[in-house]
Amino acid sequence: MIIVALGTYLAFSTNEFLTVENLFDVLLSHSFLGIMSAGMLMVLISGGIDISFTAIATVAQYAMALYVMKRGGNLIFAFFLAGAIGLFLGCLNGLLIDYLKVPAIIVTIATLNFYYGILITVTKGRWMYGFPDWFCNTPTLFSISTASGAEYALSLPIVLLIVIYLFTSFLLNRTTLGRKVYAMGGNPEAAARLGVDIRRLKMLVYGYMGLVSGIASVVQAQLVQTVAPNAIVGRELEVVAAVVLGGASLAGGTGSVLGTVLGVSLVAIMQNGLTLLGVSSYWHQVFLGAVIVISVSITAGSQRRADRLRRVQVEVEERA
Amino acid sequence: MSGPNVRSQRFNSDVRTLLILLAVLLVAFAIALPGEFLTLANFQSMSFQLPELGILAIAMAIAMLTGGINLSIIATANACGIVIATVLTRAVPSGASVAATIGPLILSIAAGLSVAAAIGAANGFIITYLGVSPILATLGTMTMVEGISILATRGRVISGFPTALLAIGNETVFGVPAPLIIFAIAAWAISVLLERTPFGLSVYMIGSNQVATEFSGVNVRRVIMRLYVLSGVLCGIASVIMISRFNSAKAGYAASYQLITVLACVLGGINPDGGFGRIIGLVLSLVILQMVSSGLNLSGSSAHMTVALWGAIILVISLVRQIGRSRSDGVHPGRRRKSVSRTR
Repeated sequence: MIIVALGTYLAFSTNEFLTVENLFDVLLSHSFLGIMSAGMLMVLISGGIDISFTAIATVAQYAMALYVMKRGGNLIFAFFLAGAIGLFLGCLNGLLIDYLKVPAIIVTIATLNFYYGILITVTKGRWMYGFPDWFCNTPTLFSISTASGAEYALSLPIVLLIVIYLFTSFLLNRTTLGRKVYAMGGNPEAAARLGVDIRRLKMLVYGYMGLVSGIASVVQAQLVQTVAPNAIVGRELEVVAAVVLGGASLAGGTGSVLGTVLGVSLVAIMQNGLTLLGVSSYWHQVFLGAVIVISVSITAGSQRRADRLRRVQVEVEERA
Repeated sequence: MSGPNVRSQRFNSDVRTLLILLAVLLVAFAIALPGEFLTLANFQSMSFQLPELGILAIAMAIAMLTGGINLSIIATANACGIVIATVLTRAVPSGASVAATIGPLILSIAAGLSVAAAIGAANGFIITYLGVSPILATLGTMTMVEGISILATRGRVISGFPTALLAIGNETVFGVPAPLIIFAIAAWAISVLLERTPFGLSVYMIGSNQVATEFSGVNVRRVIMRLYVLSGVLCGIASVIMISRFNSAKAGYAASYQLITVLACVLGGINPDGGFGRIIGLVLSLVILQMVSSGLNLSGSSAHMTVALWGAIILVISLVRQIGRSRSDGVHPGRRRKSVSRTR
């Protein structure tokens, strides 16, 4: 609802917002954030949290870039390599979280520092340039030439973003795996008693987070065409905020892909809108913070009202 | 007999593990770096570096004791530092004598600390009266406060402080670095507050069972509110040391400390679910982290290696504790903590 209002307002107040160019730009520049948010959604629904995915993405990106620049290869292999590294590190997170019986936030803060520290020590924090041509020129499905002559296309990042959202939605709603993830997030004890293998499920959930982080890292490398050690790390809370804005609860058990799409869009549209309205970029973060505070407060308020309503209903039923 | 006994038992085993780790590290570094590690200069530089992270970690720890978390500590510290720096650079003409700067210095620090307290109060208000979970509430205030800091300074560095402020972070009193004295006083005061006062007891009770505490007549909201204000003020104190040591203030300083304070707390035996943990454990864990950092630094490793090792230490210590716990629980390995929910 907020997004529709914001979108309408922007559409009327600026004449650039509802143009194909702008919408594609917004989509493209947030595709990387969006892909990671799909994994984060899965983790939050399962009742956990992952802080280390930015480090995983950076590790995957470096490894992929090193291989591609030295040995060549093709795009599919680049995605496969980064995805596999992400999957492995993510599964390791899941295993540690289950085995150590320490809250996920602690384990993943530790692994964030561990993965990232090792990576920077090994690579000495070098920036990497000079990807081969096939890596920079992304294949496109169809393209539109605008009046100004610039070409806008349904490029790979956007396609991937859509595919990953659809796949996540399929996993969560149409498979037993997805229902198990909701069950574990809602009540882990009950899920375990119902015969859900918690350890395997946790490894899958955090593995999925790692996998999409790996994929996102390739997308990001393609967009900026360099690999910088500090490009991704530090943005982990931004992704968490976007997913939470989309209605996922940190307590687990709730959240949907549609909500996440809306949450990410809210962040994206707000930044884009402020820029188009000519608001200085120094204000962006203030607005983002205000939106987070207001939105989580409203959610908490309606949650409490719903609880009270339920209690009243129970009392009424008991009396009847 | 279960409550305090279990608490002290687990605490003692935590402290024992930490002391063993401390001794191992001390011996290892002493052997690996002969004539470098066990020197007065090294210990002095260690005690200059520890207090910043240390006071921030205490600010994080008191939030964690109630089962909460304070993600806005770095943002609060930087905002406070910027306020102090702004007031100070405006109020003190360059070249003023030391005596003339004392007044403005106290004024600016008071202004900074009140801003820090106000941010803490905002956190407390959102958490208690609006019912937002601490992690989300402080994530929001963190983003907003950081945004305001960037907006106010346009991302620029404020520098050029009078010597009176620089002394706080860089001078020694009878050979003891001033920051260490501030840290010791803060740690001691918080430790007394937590363990010797009704307020402290309520904090531990809220961390163990908030609903039960509420029904036993404790004003839970007021306690949590005060706790987050206190957390903010501690960030303010850390910021005084921070800007004094950097000789400047800026919106993005020390961002990497944020999550490390959580690690320091967990290593020190502060239970992230709330209710357990003492400041003395935290102090031990800070000393361990600092020793790793200084030792690796002396042996020429990169700062990132230190961070990696810190992460590894937490994982290993968690493993050791988990093994110890499943042994003492007998047939129910880890069962006791399984159903405890992390967020509230």
